[in-house]
Amino acid sequence: MTNKARRSLHEPAVISTAQLAQFFAGLSESGYRIIGPTVRDDVIILDEIAGPTDLPVGWTDRQDAAAYHLERMPNSALFGYVVGPQSWKKYLYPPRLELWQAARNKRAFELKQKQPEPPKLAFVGVRPCELAAIEILDRVLTGGEFSDEYYRRQRENTFIIAVNCTEPGGTCFCASMGTGPRARHGYDIVLTEVVDDSGHRLLVDTGSEAGLSAMSKLTAERASNEIQSRADELLSRAAGRMGRSLDTADLRELLYRNIENVYWDRVGKRCLTCANCTLVCPTCFCFATEDTTDLEAHRARRERRWDSCFTMDFSYIHGGSVRPSAKSRYRQWLTHKLAAWHDQFGSSGCVGCGRCITWCPVGIDITEEVCAIREHDPAQATVTEESNI
Amino acid sequence: MAGLPEKDLVDTGGISGMIAPRPFVIRRIERDTADTFTLRLKSGSDRNGLHFEPGQFNMLYVFGVGEVPLSISGDPAKPQFLVHTTRVVGPVTGALHRLKTGDMVGIRGPFGKGWPVDEAEGNDIVVIAGGIGLAPLRPALYHLLAHRKKYGRIVLLYGARTPADILYRRELEKWRARFDLEVEVTVDRGDESWWGNVGVVTTLVPRSPFDPLNAVALICGPEVMMRFAVMALRKKGMNIDDIYVSMERNMKCGVGLCGHCQFGPKFVCKNGPVFSYETLKNLFNKREI
Repeated sequence: MTNKARRSLHEPAVISTAQLAQFFAGLSESGYRIIGPTVRDDVIILDEIAGPTDLPVGWTDRQDAAAYHLERMPNSALFGYVVGPQSWKKYLYPPRLELWQAARNKRAFELKQKQPEPPKLAFVGVRPCELAAIEILDRVLTGGEFSDEYYRRQRENTFIIAVNCTEPGGTCFCASMGTGPRARHGYDIVLTEVVDDSGHRLLVDTGSEAGLSAMSKLTAERASNEIQSRADELLSRAAGRMGRSLDTADLRELLYRNIENVYWDRVGKRCLTCANCTLVCPTCFCFATEDTTDLEAHRARRERRWDSCFTMDFSYIHGGSVRPSAKSRYRQWLTHKLAAWHDQFGSSGCVGCGRCITWCPVGIDITEEVCAIREHDPAQATVTEESNI
Repeated sequence: MAGLPEKDLVDTGGISGMIAPRPFVIRRIERDTADTFTLRLKSGSDRNGLHFEPGQFNMLYVFGVGEVPLSISGDPAKPQFLVHTTRVVGPVTGALHRLKTGDMVGIRGPFGKGWPVDEAEGNDIVVIAGGIGLAPLRPALYHLLAHRKKYGRIVLLYGARTPADILYRRELEKWRARFDLEVEVTVDRGDESWWGNVGVVTTLVPRSPFDPLNAVALICGPEVMMRFAVMALRKKGMNIDDIYVSMERNMKCGVGLCGHCQFGPKFVCKNGPVFSYETLKNLFNKREI
């Protein structure tokens, strides 16, 4: 082993794709399952991968409202696409989780716990918007008086390899939300992929002690000024090439004072209340509980599963749903995401990943809806009532 | 959280300590009206019972059927007995109704913020209840009467659909006999046995003998009733920040994580269910919030 100088945090290095494979192998040896983007059924999903060759090598995604398809790229970039329908909440906050089991003994019953230990996971290719989404989930699920223990333990068992976005997608607007295209924090290491005449290189920056120690197993080259300025250039160009944008000025107040705007009726007529937007959203956290028994009613269990404010059941209280109309459910989702979230958790609930736009079957675009409310804001000139909900 | 001794928490690793129902045994069942009943429960694991604040609620679990949020309707000074009054409205309350003395239910709680009985000291208190909305207010009434000297006039205005739907009838009659409590009851529809008031509960507000500028109002009932009650109180001159309402929304977790109970920026389960009307005023009169 050569005598390597110990690196410090945020000291950029450069590695090759072969070294990335080595890096993955090192994580596997430390007991991590490597989870990353991979092509399945013409879509980039998240799943366990064996190495960089399982990544969507040479693929890019074309995204627009209600449109998604993969295309070949002229190079063999590992990360030449943005986000697919799945987000990391799939792993951090599983779609289904058993909370407990109960066994009946005559007229009494006893609860038993069967909680799996969250696996050690290494996330590969976490985009800056997704890092922001994870930070939001951290606040939502572990920042309050009560916290989600499974989430907290899975987070502790997670190593994050982020990737900066040099190729923003058609529905991306992270630049508007201040979450990308460059990752600022929340990662163990972050990669910027540079594919040009000088070759295929990965600029690496470390963001944690765990990242530093994982990197120390590689003999990585120090990053030259050339590649650093090349990466900077790619990222600042990316910021200007977002497919969408969202004007966030005064957004919370705008939405609060337009709860009764007639415009909601128009989006309500288009919305199918299918819940796709909430399922693809990396920050939507609502869950339902399901109580079931075996046929003899001797054993019972409770599971939680992802739920959506777009279903009728979601707001059901005796006598009916509180939000029977599509309009009120869309309004609830959008107003929660972009306004109430600030009151509840101190930030917007939207990170600008664009998934809800791409995966809406009728192409409802959150950025357009906000524009429409803004245009139809009767109080635009004279704000009559202080919005103080 | 008040009322949850650490040793009783069953941490199954999900939502720490608050996801696992604790065993309670039904000691007594009272059939209050045709569709309403009261369960008196005793903790299967803790002799001290469940300490709670008036206005708080529990999640009640019926084995294999499901869980519902129910306000606590017993006396906060007698935590050894947990009392819940409910109406049969769905599968879980239906299953609760079929349980017998000696059966077990699961309890999570108590959750939420209750009535401001301490902050209201020194004031007149006007309690307005509609239908089963009297159940979450009864613990507050017990508290007010137990600390009677700390309050000014106390008025209870109660509205039920028909004379047969009057909840806690014997207790109301007993209270009505007291000199230190004004109790007015009204029904939407009378019958041949009824000689009392007829009309919605808000019609009792104008002639009710409390000082609107030095009163705190505690309201629970259907949202539309609460809306009109607030209007009647405002008309009488009350300040909106002296008016409190108890909200109801779908709830799955009780601890602000499942998202179901949102009312604008509020989580009814943890920020409520009791709210100062002041904090809800911009949304309270809007539809489908």
